[in-house]
Amino acid sequence: MSRPGRDEDPDRLYTLTGGRSRAGSAAAAFDLVTLVVSESEPTAGMQSEHATILRLCQYPTAVVEIAAELRLPISIVKILLCDLLDQGRITARHPRTAPATPPGARTAIAATGTGGPVPHAAPLPDPHLLEQVLVGLRNL
Amino acid sequence: MDSATSDHPPLPERRERRIPLGGNADNGLKIVVVGGFGVGKTTMVRSVSEIRPLNTEEVMTQAGAGVDDLSAVRGKTSTTVAFDFGRISLNEQTVLYLFGAPGQERFWFLWDRLFAGTLGAVVLVDTRRLADSWYAIDRLEQHGTPFIVARNDFGGPPHTQQQIREALDLPAHIPLIDCDARSRESSKQVLITLVEHLHALSTTGRPVQETTSP
Ligand SMILES: Nc1nc2c(ncn2[C@@H]2O[C@H](COP(=O)(O)OP(=O)(O)OP(=O)(O)O)[C@@H](O)[C@H]2O)c(=O)[nH]1
Ligand SMILES: [Mg+2]
Repeated sequence: MSRPGRDEDPDRLYTLTGGRSRAGSAAAAFDLVTLVVSESEPTAGMQSEHATILRLCQYPTAVVEIAAELRLPISIVKILLCDLLDQGRITARHPRTAPATPPGARTAIAATGTGGPVPHAAPLPDPHLLEQVLVGLRNL
Repeated sequence: MDSATSDHPPLPERRERRIPLGGNADNGLKIVVVGGFGVGKTTMVRSVSEIRPLNTEEVMTQAGAGVDDLSAVRGKTSTTVAFDFGRISLNEQTVLYLFGAPGQERFWFLWDRLFAGTLGAVVLVDTRRLADSWYAIDRLEQHGTPFIVARNDFGGPPHTQQQIREALDLPAHIPLIDCDARSRESSKQVLITLVEHLHALSTTGRPVQETTSP
């Protein structure tokens, strides 16, 4: 038997999210690693997935961990999180990787370098953040 | 996986085994381990993760549009891509999530959705099946995602680094290292090599070059 949640009945997913489409906008603000924190207790009569999220997120919990725990696809979890965010029941701590200063140097070199413009190139993270990551990894 | 110790009674509920992050955690970072089937992605995630690797999935329509339009889910025109992940708390605020992701073609439809903003990637290769990683390397280059290549040693025929570089058409400035994904120390060294590479790129402002293969 495959893991529950696999090959999820599409009608169940549809019901879970009330059939809503939250194209782009709010749901897209949640990254896989956005850390979600509950701001209130579950209440009686609340949709069970919402209640589960509020319990899980008593401590900061990443979107991807919530999805794994609920055994639901990421997109569906994001829609559920939008509901809770709208109701002020959770807060979201979004990832911060962008450089502290605009990536002017890199952009300039990327545009004039021998390799030509780099399509889709995201700005590289702040070197200080990377130094913190290295310290953390070396201490493992 | 077997449980690590017999000192404690077995924990019945999956949820109760969760190890929560500290209350001050506020910045999640991503590194992706990508590679062909059976190359050791899950093994590497498990070796360095502070939690047992968890598995999750994303749904996409056949057009790769994701499931913002839930009617697509309803219409069963969708398919899923599964990936696993582990977690490393780097300090009180910063948590690194390590994702093990398949290199197959259909997976890349979801790359932007899932892994936008990733710090970088480790391409895990098995020298017996180097061609399995060509596609992943192409896509990472196209996306401008910095990466390194780690050769997971399955005891295949010995190849020199130069032979592997040539087979992968790997530019000299991209690190290529040997590893044993089953070893925590070795997997940790892979991550350190990647982050050192990222650091060098971020301080020199060096662009991620696209390879122009002859
Ligand atoms: N000899 C050797 N075996 C390894 C190594 N790393 C992983 N393995 C074994 O190779 C097999 C596949 O490893 P996985 O970690 O499941 O590979 P994967 O890339 O996650 O596989 P899929 O998710 O199925 O694509 C397992 O039996 C591992 O124990 C290694 O460094 N050396
Ligand atoms: Mg795997």
